[in-house]
Amino acid sequence: MGRTLAEKVWDQHLVRKGEGQEPDLLYIDLHLVHEVTSPQAFDGLRLAGRGVRRPDLTLATEDHNVPTLDVLAPIADPVSRTQVETLRKNCEEFGVRLYPMNHAEQGIVHVVGPQLGLTQPGTTVVCGDSHTSTHGAFGAMAFGIGTSEVEHVLATQTLPLKPFKTMAINVHSTDGRLRPGVTSKDVVLAIIAQIGTGGGQGYVLEYRGNVIENLSMEARMTICNMSIEAGARAGMIAPDETTFAYLKGRDHAPKGAEWDEAVAAWRELRTDDDAVFDAEVDIDADALTPFVTWGTNPGQGLPLGESVPDPEAIVDENERVAAEKALAYMGLEAGQPLRSIKVDTVFVGSCTNGRIEDLRAAAGILDGRQIAEDVRMLVVPGSMRVRFQAEEEGLDKVFTAAGAEWRSAGCSMCLGMNPDQLAPGERSASTSNRNFEGRQGKGGRTHLVSPLVAAATAVRGTLSSPEDLS
Amino acid sequence: MEKFSTHTGIGVPLRRSNVDTDQIIPAVYLKRVTRTGFEDGLFSAWRNDESFILNQEPFSRGSVLVAGPDFGTGSSREHAVWALMDYGFRVVISARFADIFRGNSAKAGLVAAQVEQPDVELLWKLLENEPGTEVTVDLQEKTVQAKDLTVPFEIDDYIRWRLLEGLDDIGLTLRHEDAIDAFERSRPAHKPVTTA
Repeated sequence: MGRTLAEKVWDQHLVRKGEGQEPDLLYIDLHLVHEVTSPQAFDGLRLAGRGVRRPDLTLATEDHNVPTLDVLAPIADPVSRTQVETLRKNCEEFGVRLYPMNHAEQGIVHVVGPQLGLTQPGTTVVCGDSHTSTHGAFGAMAFGIGTSEVEHVLATQTLPLKPFKTMAINVHSTDGRLRPGVTSKDVVLAIIAQIGTGGGQGYVLEYRGNVIENLSMEARMTICNMSIEAGARAGMIAPDETTFAYLKGRDHAPKGAEWDEAVAAWRELRTDDDAVFDAEVDIDADALTPFVTWGTNPGQGLPLGESVPDPEAIVDENERVAAEKALAYMGLEAGQPLRSIKVDTVFVGSCTNGRIEDLRAAAGILDGRQIAEDVRMLVVPGSMRVRFQAEEEGLDKVFTAAGAEWRSAGCSMCLGMNPDQLAPGERSASTSNRNFEGRQGKGGRTHLVSPLVAAATAVRGTLSSPEDLS
Repeated sequence: MEKFSTHTGIGVPLRRSNVDTDQIIPAVYLKRVTRTGFEDGLFSAWRNDESFILNQEPFSRGSVLVAGPDFGTGSSREHAVWALMDYGFRVVISARFADIFRGNSAKAGLVAAQVEQPDVELLWKLLENEPGTEVTVDLQEKTVQAKDLTVPFEIDDYIRWRLLEGLDDIGLTLRHEDAIDAFERSRPAHKPVTTA
């Protein structure tokens, strides 16, 4: 019987097959590190007298805590500053390359890996961050790990793991395209709404179908990024000409004869025709329209044209209670049209939608327009490279002319570990990945949206899509 | 890691599904560089509400959390496990756990016991009707017992063995260092390095 893409990558990294109930031991090709989930891991190494086995397969960046304003001044919050300084000391002591604040290569860890060409097809990539699933867009097996596992990978460059199940997510449309105004963010929000936040538990998702094949690498990363919001360990897309074209010439991509050798190996990374997935889900992309979340988990989403659901109509008791609590927290009424929801803040950025294409999409809407008077809009590039690229293209001017704030790179308001936060009761339309209670600031209310919806919402002040703009 | 065989403590019914790791411990508490002292961050937003279960006696002294399905979704922060343990929890019971949370629990020594939802409902009713009821979790037998109610739970056999033995994962892996060396010698030359 044939194998799926995920099974092929797994097999290629098998250091040792587990016996009986033992997990397999898997080799890790790339370990990305940031300041929040690593300090206790480095401490663990010191306590045990261990070193980092492969500093040359490890890369660190500062992203979660970093301010996006006044970036040349020391970090004002002393606790954040200590965490960032701890990472610097640890990287120095253990010989790990670090891209610190204000370095031209600094940025969100999941934006940095791909843009450097470090994320390659058929590699295993881990990071102490659940959105590591982003890198699966290249046909890598990439997943988030906890701090104990970070220490384990630092010490051994391996992880003990039991094989995941496989799920195909088939995304098709008549012509292989998404309708105007619909993006890969809408696709993944629709997938999560369909299979639920626990639907992917224990699975690696493989996104397939003509719509996926026609997506750019950046759009693919957005989809794989949110695999974790469906509960999946990882999301993958088979590498193809789009992938190879993206990688060719990047700093860490193979060169010369090694490039040809690599591409030949990468072409084998496809699910065999006779392979069988443990589960399959079909998404009809012809029917997709812009999607937004109304609740407090990413599965609580609906097409923008619909209304806030009535919990009374939900049969499952747990889901009904969850919907009631979500509406109370979000300050919404059942039956209220989603388009009538007024926002205070619009956030464009994050490892989900902080890449150059996302900024171009948002700027395309804002060009020649003004954001609503009582709306604050933050545009935070995913990396310094994205920032420089955007400035070269004049996007920063478009944003500031429209009344938005143009910031420096980092995770920013996606999780509010830096000063970019919502005030209690404030409502955002956000291109990030989580609408959990308090995620963007204590008491803050989050609606997850695409960059196009974010920009249109900023202009109108209420949840909107580009077609609402005259 | 300490060995775990059985644990008995006050059961805390938490009637919520999708308890994500941002609820278990918000990001602002993750800035510390230590491994302990996260108890103040546990459910910090909900603990502002006087009616929250952990603000009520005797639940505030609980050590077995009985939660709705999809517990621990979201972020990979192991701080969520540390916060639960620092507060005093030794066991979390739920019908479904997020994968990363389940893995983190196993590493840190928190038992994530998977119990069928109808049995979770029975436990909730019992703990709500008789606050302070002690729950005994037997990892050897894979059972949860409270008063005359005994229900089975699922846990990965390898994780169970490691918890029962209190074994350090890295030490176990390093027993296979030869295999790692051999694997490294066979890696293709085109694989990337971060330093070049």
